[in-house]
Amino acid sequence: MPNSSRPFRLWLDRMAGRSMAVLTGFACLIVVLMAVGLYWKSRPILESKSLGELLFSEAWYPLRGQFGFKPFILGSICVTGVAIAIAVPLCLLTAVYLAEYAPRWIRNGSKPLIDLLAGIPSVVYGVWGILVVVPMVAHFASSLRLTTSGYCVLSAGIVLAVMVAPVILHVTVEILRSVPREFREASLSLGATHWQTIKHVILRKALPGVIAAIVLGLSRAFGETMAVLMVAGNVPKTPGSVFDPAYPLPALIANNYGEMMSIPLYDSAMLLSCLILMIIVLLFNILARLVLIQAEKQVQ
Amino acid sequence: MNRRKLEEKCVKGLMVLSTLLIFGTLALILATVVIKGLPALDWAMISQIPKGGFYLGKEGGILNAILGSLYLAGGATLLALILGLPVVLYLNVFARKDSRIAAFTRFSLDVLWGVPSIVFGAFGFIIMLSAGMRASLLGGILTVTLLILPILCRAMDEVIRMVPPDLLEASYAVGATRLQTALKVVVRQALAGILTAVLIAFGRGIGDAASVLFTAGFSDQIPTSLNQPAATLPLAIFFQLGTPFHQVQQRAYASALILTVVILVTSVLSRLLSRTFTRHTIQ
Repeated sequence: MPNSSRPFRLWLDRMAGRSMAVLTGFACLIVVLMAVGLYWKSRPILESKSLGELLFSEAWYPLRGQFGFKPFILGSICVTGVAIAIAVPLCLLTAVYLAEYAPRWIRNGSKPLIDLLAGIPSVVYGVWGILVVVPMVAHFASSLRLTTSGYCVLSAGIVLAVMVAPVILHVTVEILRSVPREFREASLSLGATHWQTIKHVILRKALPGVIAAIVLGLSRAFGETMAVLMVAGNVPKTPGSVFDPAYPLPALIANNYGEMMSIPLYDSAMLLSCLILMIIVLLFNILARLVLIQAEKQVQ
Repeated sequence: MNRRKLEEKCVKGLMVLSTLLIFGTLALILATVVIKGLPALDWAMISQIPKGGFYLGKEGGILNAILGSLYLAGGATLLALILGLPVVLYLNVFARKDSRIAAFTRFSLDVLWGVPSIVFGAFGFIIMLSAGMRASLLGGILTVTLLILPILCRAMDEVIRMVPPDLLEASYAVGATRLQTALKVVVRQALAGILTAVLIAFGRGIGDAASVLFTAGFSDQIPTSLNQPAATLPLAIFFQLGTPFHQVQQRAYASALILTVVILVTSVLSRLLSRTFTRHTIQ
């Protein structure tokens, strides 16, 4: 039926286009749906307590109806801060080396290795943390005459630093490589050394992108759950030093959600902590992505 | 003049050191997993399900978790591909390449990618509760699908974007519709990249623990239907490490080795596949 087959395939094309558009819309909406769902479920606690009390109170006694998230939020910030402080200098140096100095075989060979590092499951990082990092930190602390179990902010920070390194490296190398060659050549032709060119021209040009890469790493570290849960120590108290245990938000959720549903507002409190986590990470992500899109436009 | 050169030398030395440190750490992680895991690994670990008292150090293996993870990640990857491929084709064939919808979709997928997996887990659990579902293989599959959808979409998008526009135009010129062009030209041209993306998503799905913590449950049996709870490898590692028994902890290291090997094989396979399949693409 040659005559009727032509309208059919056009009709099919139109139908396919429409259903694909619907799926695309759904994909766009998932983030919004998640945020709305979490907000809706955490409303009971938001209505019965003030936001200030929830965010800034130190008291975490769910049985007495006291839900202060401060130790957990500060725990997350401390752990993430340590991770970023370790990861950023190392990653920047490595990224500059890979993008500028390394011979081609190292640069090409490093890509699959970075992908591999990014693909290792967080539980495996956690196992590594327990086996290597925790004893190392405990040993280091005892040589400073401090007592710690090793399950502390510093251990979690080290493990997280290794975990976010591939994220930061990947984006930074790409950003550095995308600086137009003319900038390099202009600087070199004026007699600048390679390092001066990098310092004054390339890094300056790539700065927004590099910051975005760091922020992406930061948000990855902030939301990372299993590895942190395994090495951070999980004591609901604001850490006073890097050798104190911490109890970051994701670990709180992972340890307690789904249990103790009989305590009033407990379920709601857990979902509120999910919402807090999601909002912080979303803000970081949106900022970083906007900067990266801008950087991409500049290159083109 | 000399100071400039000296500074360059110093910084370059630091760079080489930090590069060595980062890749050395990767080697250290792999070495730790192998050294600790290998002695505890035996055939029973891979071929048996946990027997009574397994978590007290008695006999058994983690076949339930290995198969559970494969079912879960496999199902989720398949579902994410069914949902994701139309989205990517829509962005690159149906919508105009620089349209606002395409840019916005890419942006929101990137943002979704950044959402922590524990949040996916909690969200999946809310959905399951309101649908009256218990923790099960299906719940885990649905949650992991949401988790890997942005990864799969963005990875496929990167390759499909590279399909030369001339190829599309040649197809339109001989009278093909957009759907025919999308399925028969674009997908075939980008097949290697799509397969790589699928394997990347599979690897991410099989390694994630936080999203299945509440949604997939845990069971000592191999799941035989979608409504049964399923054990997963990352959670098996986590629970075994949590016991105070030395022998069970040893098994956790062995399980970590198994998981790492699965991830490594996936990663290597994706590279080989992309090499094999690019032979048929038009440059």
